[in-house]
Amino acid sequence: MADLYVGRTEEFGDRDRKIIAQGDLEIGVFHVDGEFFAYENNCVHQGGPACQGKIINKVEEVIHDTEKTAHGLKFSETDVHIVCPWHGYEYNVRDGRHPGSKNIRLRPFKVDVKDGEVYVVV
Amino acid sequence: MDTGIEPVRVNPVKEITTYTDSRDVLAKARKQADERNFDDVFIADIDAHHTETESWREIITYIDDPVVREQAKEMVFHRSGTPPYGLNGDLAMRYQDVGGRIPHQAARSEKVDESEIKEAGHRDLVLAKRAYEAMGIDVQVVFPTPMLFLGMHPQFDMEAILGKAYNRWQVENILKKDPKLKTMMFMPFNDPESALETIEEFGDAPGCVGFMVTSVRYKAVHHNHYMKVYRALEERGLPIGFHAGYYWQDPFMMQINRFGSMHALSFVWCNVVHMTNWVMNGLPERFPNLPVVWIESGLAWVPWLMQRLDHTYLMRSSEAPLLKKLPSEYMKEMFYTCQPMETDHPKALELTFEMINAKEQLLYASDWPHYDFDAPSAIWDLPFLDDQAKRNILGLNAKRIFDFNR
Repeated sequence: MADLYVGRTEEFGDRDRKIIAQGDLEIGVFHVDGEFFAYENNCVHQGGPACQGKIINKVEEVIHDTEKTAHGLKFSETDVHIVCPWHGYEYNVRDGRHPGSKNIRLRPFKVDVKDGEVYVVV
Repeated sequence: MDTGIEPVRVNPVKEITTYTDSRDVLAKARKQADERNFDDVFIADIDAHHTETESWREIITYIDDPVVREQAKEMVFHRSGTPPYGLNGDLAMRYQDVGGRIPHQAARSEKVDESEIKEAGHRDLVLAKRAYEAMGIDVQVVFPTPMLFLGMHPQFDMEAILGKAYNRWQVENILKKDPKLKTMMFMPFNDPESALETIEEFGDAPGCVGFMVTSVRYKAVHHNHYMKVYRALEERGLPIGFHAGYYWQDPFMMQINRFGSMHALSFVWCNVVHMTNWVMNGLPERFPNLPVVWIESGLAWVPWLMQRLDHTYLMRSSEAPLLKKLPSEYMKEMFYTCQPMETDHPKALELTFEMINAKEQLLYASDWPHYDFDAPSAIWDLPFLDDQAKRNILGLNAKRIFDFNR
């Protein structure tokens, strides 16, 4: 187990990221809503660069509570997705899981922040 | 002093956008190719695309008819918004990039130096080379994109007028300049006479390895008008390909509200109809030496249709008297491009490969740069294929029916 130095916290804006690599391992480190998350930059679908796509809020369908009628789409106020730019697979930035399958998940890494410095534990 | 903190590299490409170099977009495909030693594997990509509308100003100058050509130039050079003259289809309802989530589908606006264009001969050639080299592809069959709708054009002769102009432009600007790029030439199928003329004009053109029917159209492939077209191709030893597409204005598809739902069905439905007519009217018996390639409908539809047609045929053989064996047996002798390969149910995929005799009949296709493209690793990594089957599908099957030395 080793700590990979990613950078200082002030280098990250909100919804910002860094793509770091060591050897063959490439990791996307995300800064979203004040928290850091890290995943292998490897889409479970076809091995695409899943961490180098859009960061965008999850899309939700507006359904009336009792009538069950549909009233269009909206962006989630809480869930943020990262999108693989090869084919559009979306993953929740907080747990790396696809919204339609808990088994489709990016490989996560723990992020440590120490004295304003960001490290990924591999 | 060993701090225990290991140095890392930083990838300068934080986010892939429409301006990202294709080599960066496909960096992981290059890595996959290196890891699998694709440089030692012959890979023929039987379906890739360029966006011909980006070259429409050039293409319209190849229109034969002087009046139409003048109209086209007036529109393209002087009208605001520079629409691609003459093209039908849903040019503003093409949501393949999922709201910008898949940038390479939306545009490839990457930087290309003038010196690169000068050396290659055309911007399209620079972009094609960046992509095929990244994926380890040795030869690539290129098709247009918005022109896939031309079979539904309300003006009867426009499919042939624009198709011929595109073919001539492609020969001069693409095929003559990069021997790795080939095409199945656009064939204006609504007019059998024009289709025949197209075969005669382009049958010996450099890089022409076959002829392509855009499948989105309401024309029965078994009509007697087309027999001379099939015969001409069979005599020349050139395959015919049916390239699928979608058509949201189809009455049944108009019930669907989401692009993806429509795309999933429509891209298959056109070829389901053509395949059914092709088999049940005995065209494989009439043209036994004409290779038929079904392009870009994926694979899952084939076993489904095999079962449907066998079941029906066995009860109603008097309606298909030319058949000497089951519909599925004819279908097993045809060729299919793999993309977009439905890989999410591995057992179903393995059975599909068995039913279509994939090791002999399946052809790799990337469909790059479209949103559902498949890199060659999609075939190479299938656990149920042996090494020979992988090599066949990635290139050797294609070599049996296409003459890539043309």
